[in-house]
Amino acid sequence: MTELVDVVLGGIFHAAVLFLVAAGLQLVFGVQKIVNLACGSFYALGAYFGITAVGIAIKLGMPPVLFFPVLIVAGLAIGLVGLPIERVLRTVYRRDESYQLLITFGFLLMFQDAFRYLWGATPRTMDNVYLAYGTAHFLGVRVPTYNLLVIAASLAIAAVLGLFLERTRIGRIVRATAENRDMAEGLGVNASRIFALVFTVGCMLGTVGGALVVPSGAASLDMAVELVVESFAVVVIGGLGSMRGALVGALIVGLMRAFSISLMPELEMLSVYLVVVAVLILRPAGLFGKATA
Amino acid sequence: MSHSSIDIVSPVAVPRTIRIDGSWVLLALIAIMALLPLVASPYVLLLMLPFVGYSIALFGFNLLFGTTGLLSFGHALFLGVGAYTAAVLTSKFGILSFEIILVAAAVISALVSVVIGGLCVRYTKIFFGMLTLAFGMLFHSFLFKFYAVTGGDQGMRVLRPLLLGMEWRGGKTAFLTGAFYYYALTLFALMGLTMWRITRSPFGLHLRAIRENAPKAAYVGVEVFRMRLAAFVISAVYGGIGGTILAVTTGLADPELAYWTHSGNLVFMAVLGGSGTFVGPAIGALVFVVLQDFVMALTQYWRFVMGAILVCLVIFMPQGLAGTIELLFSRRDREA
Repeated sequence: MTELVDVVLGGIFHAAVLFLVAAGLQLVFGVQKIVNLACGSFYALGAYFGITAVGIAIKLGMPPVLFFPVLIVAGLAIGLVGLPIERVLRTVYRRDESYQLLITFGFLLMFQDAFRYLWGATPRTMDNVYLAYGTAHFLGVRVPTYNLLVIAASLAIAAVLGLFLERTRIGRIVRATAENRDMAEGLGVNASRIFALVFTVGCMLGTVGGALVVPSGAASLDMAVELVVESFAVVVIGGLGSMRGALVGALIVGLMRAFSISLMPELEMLSVYLVVVAVLILRPAGLFGKATA
Repeated sequence: MSHSSIDIVSPVAVPRTIRIDGSWVLLALIAIMALLPLVASPYVLLLMLPFVGYSIALFGFNLLFGTTGLLSFGHALFLGVGAYTAAVLTSKFGILSFEIILVAAAVISALVSVVIGGLCVRYTKIFFGMLTLAFGMLFHSFLFKFYAVTGGDQGMRVLRPLLLGMEWRGGKTAFLTGAFYYYALTLFALMGLTMWRITRSPFGLHLRAIRENAPKAAYVGVEVFRMRLAAFVISAVYGGIGGTILAVTTGLADPELAYWTHSGNLVFMAVLGGSGTFVGPAIGALVFVVLQDFVMALTQYWRFVMGAILVCLVIFMPQGLAGTIELLFSRRDREA
């Protein structure tokens, strides 16, 4: 029983982070119709920058307990790199989607070496800070409190994002632009400003996700390319462009991975891809996608 | 975008001036490659082998991408299939005949691609890309995790094969730049010219019709699913054969061959050369291999440079090298 709770909690923690990145991917795809291969790079960027930011904060004499808000602020701040990248992407909005995919692949390659240059090739960790919050008892299992904080933060971000898109004026404009860009422009929407906003928010979701995950693991050069496939799996399972899909997809992928790691480590990612393939065959639009194919 | 080099020949009178089309460029490329060992250093010749491997794979890839309009983001899977076929046959079963390896790689790629293609080609655009990527990664994690069968991240050794049943003595470089170079070049010529015939056949015309407007093509009697599947299988066979050449060149089959970024590199090469032309992808492979070698020698941050080149390419030169040259020529023709 305790083992089961342990595995489920681990899966949900992973899902919480995965959701943030996948939500960024969904938001950008939903509005700009671009599948952003660089989403994994944003995630890695958040992770590396988070380490640096916490390092600086501690050097300035900040108590380790405050590192959680520091990470969130760092993630949001570095997410602003989305702005200049969107300026470049803007040139290919009207092009064939293969070119859009390829240009984000180019960004991925560039980021890869930028990380190597700035932070070196060996994985970076944030050793002792992780346990500053101690551990909590949950259904008879000891879990780092930090993991629970991350899950809570991810849920909070999901709620804020949902409220923003559903309830605010700008959120309505974003949805209208996603639905029909030309019509929205005809009604006086400045679509390029909306695109810049959406891409930057999408980017911030990725960087915050990366910043939150790094205390429990490490920032490494592989994390970008590995996470791309995982978040792809999430959006394919959940349905391209659907936020609810990202949430459910992230849970499925996170739990799937946690269970296969504990039961049969060889199947770690294989099981995830099998679910992806099964979903694509049975419900090509994903669980929450619109029925287009 | 201009596709004139892969348009079918009109049955009307042959133009008196010889038109420079894809097959001539291909023949010229083959001739230069054949003469290269007379002047080039072994280092350059060793660089030509991956080029040949990638070009063969790209001829197939572009039948799918350029001709049929399906962007596969998991095509490296078939490079992996070819490479691991060579590895398993040579190091596990002791079968060294390269002809048998080639046939086996082609057959296995075809079988795998019938299953995968049957599931994938029902979708187009981004869905096709994501589904092929998922299958590619499925294969990659199989190679990576099932250590006992595949050697895991260590990969598997590929032993020196027999060419035409003959054993070749001498050092590795002598073999690769000598007998194997010409063998690979012959394969390149055969596969390239076959693909030229395929793209110009009625079958190729069907594929182009599907690319331009699939519902309309179906309406006039093109069997869209079967044609797309056939294109997928042919491209897989080309990928498998390209993969065996890459594997013999490095002497190793490793899971990275099937990783999704490797598929991305294939797309990069195709677009670099120009996927709208016949020889474009081969030229893209050549430029990519040489460029990567050059940049790697200059800086350890070669990925950054390659990525920047890719971004600029997509923005400023989406027709690729061959496509841009073709555009320049056609503009000059019109002015003349």
